[in-house]
Amino acid sequence: MSEASAHAVHAAPTSFIRKYIFSLDHKIIGLQYFALALVAVIVGMVLSWLMRIHLIAPNWPIPGLQLLSKVGAPGGVMTPEYYLSLMTMHGTLMVFFVLTNAPFAAFGNYFLPIQIGAEDMAFPRFNMMSFWTTLVGFLVLIAAFFVGDGPPLSGWTAYAPLSAVGGDSGPGQAVGQTLWGLSIFIFCIGSLLGALNFISTTLDLRTKGMTLARMPIVSWAWFITSCIALLAFAVLLPACLLLVLDRIAGTSFFIPSGLNISDHLQNHQGGSPLLWQHLFWFFGHPEVYIAILPSIGIVSHILICNMRKNMLSHKVIIYCMMAIGFLSYMVWGHHMFLSGMNPFSALVFSFPTLMITIPATIMTLIWLGSLYGSNLRINSASLFCLGFISMFVSGGVSGFFLAQPTIDIYLHATYFVVGHFHMVMGVAAIMGVFAATYFWFPKMTGRMMNETLGKWHFFLTLIGTYAIFMPFHYLGLAGNVRRYSAFTDDFLVPLVPVHKFITYAALFTGAAQLIFLANLAYSRFKGPKAPENPWQCTSLEWSTPSSPPPFDNFDGQHLVVYHDPYQYGVKSSTGDYLMQTSPERAGETP
Amino acid sequence: MATTLPPPVQHEEEERERLHDGNGGGGFRGLVPETGDLRAVADPKGEPVRTGIWVGLAAITMTFAALTSALYVREGSGYSDWTHITLPPVLLFNTLALIASSVTLELARHRVADSMRGQQRDRAPAMLWLNATLLLGLVFVAGQYVAWLQLRAQGLYLPTNPNSSFFYLLTGVHAVHVLGGLGGLTRVIVKFRSAASSTLVLPLRRSTVDATSYYWHFMGALWVYLLFVLWLKL
Repeated sequence: MSEASAHAVHAAPTSFIRKYIFSLDHKIIGLQYFALALVAVIVGMVLSWLMRIHLIAPNWPIPGLQLLSKVGAPGGVMTPEYYLSLMTMHGTLMVFFVLTNAPFAAFGNYFLPIQIGAEDMAFPRFNMMSFWTTLVGFLVLIAAFFVGDGPPLSGWTAYAPLSAVGGDSGPGQAVGQTLWGLSIFIFCIGSLLGALNFISTTLDLRTKGMTLARMPIVSWAWFITSCIALLAFAVLLPACLLLVLDRIAGTSFFIPSGLNISDHLQNHQGGSPLLWQHLFWFFGHPEVYIAILPSIGIVSHILICNMRKNMLSHKVIIYCMMAIGFLSYMVWGHHMFLSGMNPFSALVFSFPTLMITIPATIMTLIWLGSLYGSNLRINSASLFCLGFISMFVSGGVSGFFLAQPTIDIYLHATYFVVGHFHMVMGVAAIMGVFAATYFWFPKMTGRMMNETLGKWHFFLTLIGTYAIFMPFHYLGLAGNVRRYSAFTDDFLVPLVPVHKFITYAALFTGAAQLIFLANLAYSRFKGPKAPENPWQCTSLEWSTPSSPPPFDNFDGQHLVVYHDPYQYGVKSSTGDYLMQTSPERAGETP
Repeated sequence: MATTLPPPVQHEEEERERLHDGNGGGGFRGLVPETGDLRAVADPKGEPVRTGIWVGLAAITMTFAALTSALYVREGSGYSDWTHITLPPVLLFNTLALIASSVTLELARHRVADSMRGQQRDRAPAMLWLNATLLLGLVFVAGQYVAWLQLRAQGLYLPTNPNSSFFYLLTGVHAVHVLGGLGGLTRVIVKFRSAASSTLVLPLRRSTVDATSYYWHFMGALWVYLLFVLWLKL
């Protein structure tokens, strides 16, 4: 329609490159982020298998590994340093390029504008830049595998002075670590542009009748996440800059005096390694809430739709998300309980850490209370939502222990911590992503994913991830230190059988993900055509005239919103629900 | 001939209603409404860049807050190498140039707004003040480089001591952001100039001009803050 195109935020693209490569369309950008996250998660998972295999058989040559690094894996046998390098890349890829990208950048970019009735994001060119910047960051990171003497080995947390002094501190610490610093610097810029877009879009581009109160919970989650991300990444950015300066310009922000590493006296003085920890964790803790909040929103949204009734209180869920966002900035010191800080400071950080458990618990109780007595429709998406809640609780309760400094003295840097964050971030958040994929696949592609395969995927993943990560808590309590490449100490040798079990579970669960990939690929091209609103969901993304939605989402229509997205279980001409755009009023509840 | 077509749909009420319903109108950003009334486009409520600029400035504030805290922590790090450097006097001149550029930008902004409202056909005064702002901005950046040269002349380089490190760091990061602001200003100038002098329709929104100005003023205020921190701490 001429009116629509004259008023369009940007004109419809015509060339292939403009449509699918350098696209300004938030939907394509969302899919690009999804594809990037998919590549990153596959690489990250392969790295985890390599790590797990090495842990149970440190001297066994892994076929082909010497091709990746002759120095790091001569004859296929991983050196301890290379184990740490693979671990570093695993963590970096997973936290940044999977957990920040998939639930937030991918699905948020795709669905936030549609859910609020907008044509596109507020700043489409910044949006395009944010994806391509993130991609460049990814490529710079991957380059670390292939240049110099390999990837860095300082962990995704890159603690100084190990990460700051340069090549003396180990293989991969010369070029590799600098590439890491540059990669994350670039990633921060991409994320900041994305967060800027989300916030401006949510505040300014809601369609008529779409008040903030009528936004779906998941849009609220993306909005709150972007507020957190804006302030957090803005702190990581200078931290990475200072790290790179220490490495290449000879400054001493993080490097103390008198360090003698590998028989070289380091020519730096006066810096503070603790400063890096403070800057990093000031970002790092909000980052983990950036990873989980979108999945919280996704799960709430999908459960409401499949329960055919609202949560006990959707408002409280939103307030809890806000509270988590706010409190997330006050707890960073709980990563530093053993850094030598004043025990009183430890108490000061412990208190808000325990307070954060309150909104998290309230949300969990609301989910459980809403599910009780509801007639939840069981499909792959809702199953993954239940899996999310299960993992969120299982993984979250270990946080209660870690939040207390005295207990953390023992548990810090053990597998207990590793189990905690893998369950909440590595599994629960990913289950949210799976739920979102199964739920929104029909809207993104116009086809349904295979339900049987989806259910197999769910049950195998649920059992598999519990099998992998539950034993981690036992290992941690038994004193198993993390980031060790082999367990040769007296007190660790008896734990190796547990590690064997975990490795087998990990390989099994990894194999189960092939079901998902196969389902994704097959359904994309051959899946059954999806009806317009397969889940009978009320939110605006199901009001688009086609699946996938047209270029400007609503084909030039200016939608008017009459309801909140919780009109389920009401009598209406469409069935037991009312679309947000339907001018009908709800009849009596049946 | 007599027409049986219905009269053209009245868009004006709808347009103003849509633009002023407080919800942003769904993101339809027509630059020239059908009615041709420039006042409808001069400042529609809810232009996203008006929110976006403050969001961006919030992020930049956090970055400099992190750098400031890094400075304080480094000073108190226990190793007694915190010395004092003399700030190059050219910094005061640069500060004056930057503050003057904010003044000229405000003068420019009002004249640009007049042009856009159709109250001023002669674009020359607006262009004059815009160019003056750009020039003063360039003078600032050049002056900062002179300050760096003066520090180098004293033998103070980036890694020499923590004070010099923070001097180069803070001024450098600020200068990078100022260069970004200069880019924005250049874009405004180019767009403003590109409109043919006869027509009133400009390929430039008032919100763009305003956002660029807010960014520029923020850079000035940020510099005054940084100068204070540098003077106090270094």
